[in-house]
Amino acid sequence: MIGYALAFGFAAISVALLLNLWRLATGPTVIDRLLAADTIVTNLIALIILYGIRQATSTYFEAALLFAMFGVISTIAYCRFMLRGDILE
Amino acid sequence: MIETLGELVVSLLIVAGSGFTLVGSIGLVKLPDLMTRLHAPTKATTAGVGGVLLASMIHVVVRSGEVSAHELLIALFLFLTAPISAHFLAKAYLHLHGDRERNFPPACNGRDWTVLDEPGEELPREDRPQPPPRV
Repeated sequence: MIGYALAFGFAAISVALLLNLWRLATGPTVIDRLLAADTIVTNLIALIILYGIRQATSTYFEAALLFAMFGVISTIAYCRFMLRGDILE
Repeated sequence: MIETLGELVVSLLIVAGSGFTLVGSIGLVKLPDLMTRLHAPTKATTAGVGGVLLASMIHVVVRSGEVSAHELLIALFLFLTAPISAHFLAKAYLHLHGDRERNFPPACNGRDWTVLDEPGEELPREDRPQPPPRV
């Protein structure tokens, strides 16, 4: 039963990533592309966790944690760059 | 019996979480402009990842009987930082592409929106908003 749920999960998140890539490619403004990149990172975390469930291991937990931290930091740094023209003043 | 129940709960959480993620990304493509688009991924995708993380925790309990709490770290981190990054994205959007008539209701305190200030611009000393008097 978990196998079918995992198959559905992988399919849904893959479609979600494709939709995010569409927004990343066609987004009219820079902020749209940035939002799409942020969403890609969040979806990748879900994908990594699903892979960890499938392999029945907790090896990939650190990868997901690193993605969570660096995704947020890079989003905030880029926003900061566009707001002030500088990241650390 | 209890393992079947656990598997059922894990499967339901996986399906619900990835469904939320998909809905959030559909909203990212479908909604008309950025201030509405910001709504979909920052809420739905965070809920989706939360569901998948919960499923992973329960899966470890069902599989090995041990309690695994380190998924809570990712969930806590995401739930704390998703509003912050959404706020920064909205602020940067207003700074770069904000529509004066649509996006900015009149600000209070006799000052304009801080997003619209030029960097380094200071009000004259007597025009600065005074802090309320202490009682």
